[in-house]
Amino acid sequence: MNLDLAGLAFDTGGRLLVQKTLAGLPPESTITVTGRNPFLTLHLRAWCRASGHCATVGDDGRVQIVKGRQDADRWVRAERAGEPDTVARWPPGHWGLAARGALLEAGGPEPAYDLDDRDVVWADLAPRLYAHAAAGQWDPATAVPWDSPFTLPTDIEAAVVQIMTYLVENEQAALVIPARLLTRIHPHFREVVGLLAVQAADEARHVDVFTRRALHTGGRMGSSSAGGRASLASLLAEPDFTLASFLLSVLGEGTFVYLLTFLDRHAPDPVTRAVTRLARADEARHVAFGVAHLEHQSATDPTMLGRLRRAIERRHDVLVDTAGLNQDVFDALLLLAAGDWAPEALSRGHREVQQLQADMDAGRRRHLSRLGFPDDEAAELSALHTRNFM
Amino acid sequence: MTAFTMGAVTYDPKVVTIWDGFRVWLTAAGLPFDYVLYSHYERQVEDLIAGRIDAAWNSPLAWIRARRLAEARGLPIRALVMRDTDRDLASAVVVRADSDIASVDDLRGRTVATGAVDSPQATLLPLEHLRRHRLQPGTDFTVRRFDVGVGLHGDHLGGERDAARALIAGEVDAACVLDGNHLLFTKEGVLPSGSTRLLTTTDLYDHCNMTVTGAADASLVAGFEELLRSMSYADPAVRPLLDLEGLTSWEDGRTDGYDLLESAVTASGFYDGTGTVTAAEYRP
Repeated sequence: MNLDLAGLAFDTGGRLLVQKTLAGLPPESTITVTGRNPFLTLHLRAWCRASGHCATVGDDGRVQIVKGRQDADRWVRAERAGEPDTVARWPPGHWGLAARGALLEAGGPEPAYDLDDRDVVWADLAPRLYAHAAAGQWDPATAVPWDSPFTLPTDIEAAVVQIMTYLVENEQAALVIPARLLTRIHPHFREVVGLLAVQAADEARHVDVFTRRALHTGGRMGSSSAGGRASLASLLAEPDFTLASFLLSVLGEGTFVYLLTFLDRHAPDPVTRAVTRLARADEARHVAFGVAHLEHQSATDPTMLGRLRRAIERRHDVLVDTAGLNQDVFDALLLLAAGDWAPEALSRGHREVQQLQADMDAGRRRHLSRLGFPDDEAAELSALHTRNFM
Repeated sequence: MTAFTMGAVTYDPKVVTIWDGFRVWLTAAGLPFDYVLYSHYERQVEDLIAGRIDAAWNSPLAWIRARRLAEARGLPIRALVMRDTDRDLASAVVVRADSDIASVDDLRGRTVATGAVDSPQATLLPLEHLRRHRLQPGTDFTVRRFDVGVGLHGDHLGGERDAARALIAGEVDAACVLDGNHLLFTKEGVLPSGSTRLLTTTDLYDHCNMTVTGAADASLVAGFEELLRSMSYADPAVRPLLDLEGLTSWEDGRTDGYDLLESAVTASGFYDGTGTVTAAEYRP
């Protein structure tokens, strides 16, 4: 077979043609290359040497190439990293970062992913939720009406600032937990990794917009209670993927969805309304994955409900001596629902906050029932949930 | 059992990765193997001849010196193996594409850039090639040397690359470069495609080899050779090391590809006939 490169230089495209010609041939096959570029012979010989081919130059200037074994040998023990549309039960560590379905050259690193069991990390809903999450991203610069003018009474503004301060520290915890978990998951489960990555990005955006709202009118941030931070620290301390997902997404964010709904309803200004409403939509998605993941697990692991119960009890025991919800936050919620300091307004505000807590409790019980807990046990466990909401 | 000990020169940090990996592989295969590192080739060659190491992974220039030193002492010496990529290299003398230099003879009175003083491929061999065209370096044309990594016998490409840069910058009229490095420099953009013209190329020559002397334990030498030759590119455990070292297979060591370098060393007075370093400006 003769390949004539005409005036094409080896380094400007000739190499591709030679490679393409050789690629279709078995080792020991011979081709002849001709061309007019003065560097052709020099370059071709050097490239063949480095590529394991044998090049000889005839008296007429033609270069004869005998294909070597380098390429064939490199791929002789190659394997596919599964199939693109099939999620393996136990993807081996050496598949590593390769795309699902990629042809893997043998050798290379053997990273250890401690979350490598499909039944521990997977949820059938994950691909759909990921697509939904990717499509639901919003731009804080344009989705929030930052330029809408408003003026609030000083105390109401202070209540908003306090709530935003509280939301920020909760969102910080909600950011760190999925970010830490996703580094432990085998990349084969890319939809789950992607979902957790988007979840972390969602939380980063929430931290951003809540901070901006708190500082929007030029004041300072509110207070952070030791008990609130202790509650969040106990969330971060959970190393088990399933239990962390349960405590954060199902119970914590599940409770938070009601809080954000409450804030949307009682928001005294358009910026507060927008940031809480946007965050709520994201949080609902996080809850959906948490529940779907646990449903997938409970179908395969009969011990799961017992583990979930112990996780709630353990966290409750850790937090039993802490104050729970920051009093400043509780008061701020009440004042926001009241709208002003009139006694009847405060009384209404108090009822609204009581109702909020009842709604949160009902929501948790519903999720717990869906996971398989009997109603009485669901009610008992819901009552043990942290008074800090998240 | 005493380990079979090989010397290697650290022209690049990857040398440690390569020989650490080979050490593990060879030891697992049953050869008690170790290696020691040198900062330049001259001490490695001297230690080989003194019997302090059993084998030396030698540059072609180090082979020339080792052979001369050994023969002066009546010590048998041979090239045990070499990489498939050590065979049939060529160096080129290139000029800028728009240069008025049309033939080798046009280099008279001009300036030719080379690599380091001890680079076979970018200095000694192309200058010997020009001598054979009746052009004496330093007399018929000026040599502008780029001494980077002196003592590494050109394994460090810095000087060769600087010579190419000087050519493109118009500081010199021609530059000497290994065939594969010309291709590399075009890829890097140091010598943009089409920016140079090929003036002449040397005859084919060979590069590194694994040198052993008669002082080493013959059975260990045989075991070392056998294991190196058995390394397969299809073996995923050893392939990354072969890739790093730049070979597909270890081949027989042959010495008939060093004739041009022997002449170059003699003509330039780099080493004398007994292997003593005589190059005036050589400070490894």
